[in-house]
Amino acid sequence: MDLSRFNLITIATPLVLGAGVLLVMLVDLLSGRANRRPAQLAALAVVLAAAAVCLATWNTGGVSFFGQVSGDGFASFFNLIFLAVAFLVILAGPAYLERNAIHFGEYYSLVLVSVMGMAFMAAGTNLLVIFLGLETMSLALYVLAGFNPARQSSNEASLKYLLLGSFATGFLVFGIALVYGQIGSTDLARFSAYLAGAGDPFAGYMGAGVALLLIGLTFKMAVVPFHFWSPDVYDGAPTVVSAFMSAAPKAAAFAAALRIFYAPAESLGLPWERILWILAALTMTVGNLSALNQASIKRMLAYSSVAHAGYLLLGILAGNELGAAGILFYLASYVFMNVGAFTVAWMVNRRGEGRYDLGDFAQLGFRRPLLAAMMSVFMLGLIGIPPLAGFFGKLYVFTAAVQAGYVWLVVIAVLNSAVSVFYYLRVMVIMYMRENEALKDVDRIPATFAAVAACALMVILLGLIPGSVLDVARAAVASMP
Amino acid sequence: MIISLNHYLVLAALLFSIGVAGVLTRRNAIIIFASIELMMNAVNLAFVAFARHWGDVGGQIFVFFIIAVAAAEVAVGLAIIVVLFRHRETVNIDKVNLLKW
Amino acid sequence: MTEQFTPVVWMLLSAALLTAGMMAVAIFLGPRKMNPVKAEPYECGIKTEDPPLNMRHPIRFYVVAILFIIFDVEIVFLYPWAVVFRQLSLVAFISIAIFIGVLMAGLYYAVKKGVLEWR
Repeated sequence: MDLSRFNLITIATPLVLGAGVLLVMLVDLLSGRANRRPAQLAALAVVLAAAAVCLATWNTGGVSFFGQVSGDGFASFFNLIFLAVAFLVILAGPAYLERNAIHFGEYYSLVLVSVMGMAFMAAGTNLLVIFLGLETMSLALYVLAGFNPARQSSNEASLKYLLLGSFATGFLVFGIALVYGQIGSTDLARFSAYLAGAGDPFAGYMGAGVALLLIGLTFKMAVVPFHFWSPDVYDGAPTVVSAFMSAAPKAAAFAAALRIFYAPAESLGLPWERILWILAALTMTVGNLSALNQASIKRMLAYSSVAHAGYLLLGILAGNELGAAGILFYLASYVFMNVGAFTVAWMVNRRGEGRYDLGDFAQLGFRRPLLAAMMSVFMLGLIGIPPLAGFFGKLYVFTAAVQAGYVWLVVIAVLNSAVSVFYYLRVMVIMYMRENEALKDVDRIPATFAAVAACALMVILLGLIPGSVLDVARAAVASMP
Repeated sequence: MIISLNHYLVLAALLFSIGVAGVLTRRNAIIIFASIELMMNAVNLAFVAFARHWGDVGGQIFVFFIIAVAAAEVAVGLAIIVVLFRHRETVNIDKVNLLKW
Repeated sequence: MTEQFTPVVWMLLSAALLTAGMMAVAIFLGPRKMNPVKAEPYECGIKTEDPPLNMRHPIRFYVVAILFIIFDVEIVFLYPWAVVFRQLSLVAFISIAIFIGVLMAGLYYAVKKGVLEWR
């Protein structure tokens, strides 16, 4: 009986999460109808336990389960990002859910299920595991998007997400089938070896297979032209869920993309670089231009997240170590900025769910100076103003792209960043300069405030020690098999 | 006539295209959903054909997982469509326009 | 051997062509005046009393159907396991036990939520 082939250390973090899901469901069942507090505390405990396990098993797993998963530093790094997002939305969530009378215990178990799926996406070294992780994540997200059954827009957002998401999944699995048909395996090591060794790597079924695979993944990243679902879904979904959806799944999709395409890109240069070049340029331009005239803060942030997917694509396109490590750093800072911004957005929203308006931010700078200051940190971070984390994320990714020779694309990206200044700064202008006495005061919610403060601190902290975090990211990338 | 790998693949590609066409042209959420299932089953056929071609069970195992995932998707999807119907008394996605489609 | 079937193929082909032709004629030449009465499920001259929306099945049917789909299809993993059970190691047994355990937890959850009570 050879147990070494089943090294549980490699999947320790998702295992803790999986057991945690059952625990949270059980706690919620047994804790009575009105009281959701035990479920929330259990979920927080599970996330902390998973984070502890993740840190304890950092880069100790190696490849196991017949080459299906790899518990390397890359997986650990991403797990920590996912867990941080989960912790924040679980901490901040109850106030929102209470306000909208949708405080069900399933919120916590669904967030945890989704994070478990993401963990498998980051750890998978076989297309089967990545596919299963992606589906586990997505199915939980479809339900979360429709978490407010009484509100039509939430329901429609989940229907739209579900139909388009499973449509994209269809393309993804067909792509996997074609890749399997060409190389006779869904193992990523075989995939990279095949691409490196073949004279024409895209002969036979491979070209169509990789193209379909890319369609499936870019859908989850919300890359133009497969982005059209994201503003509507983020807008319609409950805002705590939007905060979660705009951050963690995007990171997971990029984790999977790096797992699949990083090694081939490094060894032979991407033959599909022209397509990715156009996609990246289109994504950031369309995202930024659409964000310019959005009246709803939720839609603005949704389009801004589309634009950020475009910047992140530069790292994939660069195909070098700095590019991959830059993506890791970028995502680590991006998730905090986005979760923070979405959370502040629902804190200041006083018109009721479904009516988000930038005008809600009027006078925030004087009534709640600390909250406004933190929102400013997120906005400046998303622009990429120097001492903040967002700047270094962009710097690393752009530098990597220049090193790989994509100067023009970087020029487009920098111009796009300049355009984005306009709509991010507009929020700050409204906060500090616009008069509106009619607005009610913003509720004081300690737990949610703490979550926002944690986000702001992380954005500042990552900006103070970017070098050492980048070193961790580099080591994580290097530890991929 | 010998049924070769290509016959299966052509059939799979045809089924997949029918599914895609169904998703793009039909307006009934349930029919769209059925079309997506058709796409999944086309993929299953391709996987089984490839698995036989390579003499490898990996493809067949993948099919099991696709079947399970598709079932989970159906369960979630039907639940969402039922809630939609309770709201709007229709499953026509053209009528679903609070969010621009 | 195959020659014997040639007439059958011809017959099938001509049947398909004839049907397609008749349908095409009906679709392209026939007048189409839609009215609410024609859209009703029971179209017999008399106005239907209840609109079809009131003939809905209770939501319970759907919930039970959904539960059935999930538990039914997950069995797909048990078949291959059962077939080669004797050749597999203890790890396979433990894995499948965990799998069934998770399914049971889901069932317990559904029962506790009162999904299976027919109200």
